[in-house]
Amino acid sequence: MVLYLAVSMSMFFIGAAGVVVRRNPVVVFMCIELMLNAVNLTFLTFARYAPSPLIERADSTWMAGQMMVIFVMAVAAAEVAVGLGIIMAIYRVRANVDVDEMSSMSG
Amino acid sequence: MNIPETLDWMSVNRPALLALIRVLILVLPILILVPGFIWLERRLLSWMQDRIGPNRAGTFPKDFPIKFLRGKRTFGLLQPIADGVKLFFKEDITPASVDRLLYFLSPAVALFPAFALGGTLPWGPNWGPYQHLTPIWNAEIGILYMLAISSLGVYGVVLSGYSSNNKYSLLGGLRSAAQLISYELAMSVSLAAIVMASGSLRLQAIVEAQETPLWGVIPYAHNWFILTPFGFVAAIIFYICMIAETNRAPFDLPEAENEIIAGYHTEYSSMKFAVFFMGEYAAMFVFACLFSVVFLGGYNLPLNWVAISGENSVMAGLNYWLAPLTFLVKSLLVFSTFIWVRATLPRMRYDQLMALGWKNLLPAAVANFIVVAIWIMGSKAYGPQGGIVAYVGAALIVVALYFAVTRQTKAAKAFERRKVDLTEGDTPSPTRRSVELV
Amino acid sequence: MDINALLPTDMNGWAHLGIVGSLSGLAVLTAIGVVAFNSPIRSALSLVLNFFTLAFIYFSLGAELLGITQIVVYTGAIMVLFLFVIMLLNLSADDPSQYKRDAKPVFAGIIGLVVFGLLATAVLAPLKAINQISAPDRNEFNPIGWGSPQAVGKTLFTGYVWPFEMISLLLLVGIVGSILLARRKVTS
Repeated sequence: MVLYLAVSMSMFFIGAAGVVVRRNPVVVFMCIELMLNAVNLTFLTFARYAPSPLIERADSTWMAGQMMVIFVMAVAAAEVAVGLGIIMAIYRVRANVDVDEMSSMSG
Repeated sequence: MNIPETLDWMSVNRPALLALIRVLILVLPILILVPGFIWLERRLLSWMQDRIGPNRAGTFPKDFPIKFLRGKRTFGLLQPIADGVKLFFKEDITPASVDRLLYFLSPAVALFPAFALGGTLPWGPNWGPYQHLTPIWNAEIGILYMLAISSLGVYGVVLSGYSSNNKYSLLGGLRSAAQLISYELAMSVSLAAIVMASGSLRLQAIVEAQETPLWGVIPYAHNWFILTPFGFVAAIIFYICMIAETNRAPFDLPEAENEIIAGYHTEYSSMKFAVFFMGEYAAMFVFACLFSVVFLGGYNLPLNWVAISGENSVMAGLNYWLAPLTFLVKSLLVFSTFIWVRATLPRMRYDQLMALGWKNLLPAAVANFIVVAIWIMGSKAYGPQGGIVAYVGAALIVVALYFAVTRQTKAAKAFERRKVDLTEGDTPSPTRRSVELV
Repeated sequence: MDINALLPTDMNGWAHLGIVGSLSGLAVLTAIGVVAFNSPIRSALSLVLNFFTLAFIYFSLGAELLGITQIVVYTGAIMVLFLFVIMLLNLSADDPSQYKRDAKPVFAGIIGLVVFGLLATAVLAPLKAINQISAPDRNEFNPIGWGSPQAVGKTLFTGYVWPFEMISLLLLVGIVGSILLARRKVTS
């Protein structure tokens, strides 16, 4: 289990570093997706190796991690669609994509 | 050497080797059959277009060593091999300013899904020697695996269009990718209806669900899903989506030669183009196999020989042993209908194509899904009489789809006939047409 | 030497560990590739490979449905959307000569590694003892498998049906929002 958790921790850290370091907003988005996937892997690893016994329903006791992964995937998909739409809209107006330059809230 | 016992022993002690044998059993025949598909396409297409097609290559010469074969014709079966040799010896032109890595990788990326797609196809039943030889992976998620791999086919197109450093290739690639992902949706939903009706995503379970009596009442025929009302609608939708997914006519605008200069594979010459070509035919064949598994009853012979003549009879044995052959024949029939459709229908314009996928097929597939759900609930609650709703619902969907596709609304008619004045005012934007259409 | 005594009990032999280990290594390498490549296309393709590798890691955990959903949703749809945007906007590679190079990334890298090491020892060390699969692979609830579509579907539509409906509403809102964002202003 430690192997999987080490992988997901590394991916999360690399993604976080990418969000801070990179200037291109699309690449920043991709690093956010990387972090979300790292979280998915963590959920699945714990669901397989150390599932939470807190949930009292007997029929779905062991499935909670997988449910969470499904919801994270769905939310990530929706977020990517909307986020990339925003980036394209900004690009149409400004024609330069640099996260450090997009700092004004007006226009 | 007792083959069934050897296979049983290998499945316990040498599973990796057996898996490799299963992979080779699928991949090698597809590789060998691809020239056959090319030959079939060219000959069938020619016959439908009232010409003969290539029949010269492969005639044995007059001084061939074996006397019996001198002068005998093989009807052009060696033509695809001649094509392959020609493509191999052609000059391999690489444009100077392409993205090297992507340019060389994208034919491979385009070819990989075509072969990986067949991983869960069952070529034989799940007992006896066939259970160890096929499918490669008897996955619980069989159909979903095929949908996943076909969604990977978008990458070959997109990457080859982008890496060619040619704006028409890029445009063709992106358009093709948009077409692929649009028709993937309708394909998934139409298959979802069948999955609901058969109760499992496993392809072998879908074939076994078709071994029940036809329509529930006729015990001597299989209940092939194409003969059931919801399955018929799903088959139509899936068939159209299959043609769109493999970029075949009438959906081949992104790669058509007289539209966009061959689209995303313009800049690929000789062997790389051959790889694209091979990938397209292999994908067509595997999709035809999927169609015959899901809708045409898979590896079973047409009538239910086990019910007609008992379990140990000659016909039931033939049903078992000839299973891969029946499967192959059914897939080749579906493949030939692809060629038939190509010969018959004109190419669709891009906006017509996208409108068909999103506005007509996807709603029809979702409506079919709802009809199947109501049918399942109805037949569970009220018995077979609840199945009448399936017939009525499916007929309504088919009629609605026909009218939606073939009749234009008044607004669409007015749009097509509008006049655009070229003499004054702003230049019309490229998306508006500037000719009066009658 | 009995290799099975040294390894986690769910990994039989070097082969399994080798496969999962190389998949994990590939996942980390491609993750580094996402951040390290200058050109956005290379980053995107590296991320595609990362997601594909992750799907295989999910398969090794036994979550078949989620692995294949990862391929369909992430690799097959989300990354295609990323590639579309990068190609349509024609984003070019970052030019490293445009901003001044100083020692900041090196220090950031060192600090990052140190923090990672500290967190790893704090979080992962107590978890080293867990090397047995606890989720039952088959029980009377899911006779086919823990990660099979039947089990996941049953749970999703019985225990978690309210979040499911909320998520579908969320996706609908996302669709409408992205269509609105992508529309050009209609000049009349």
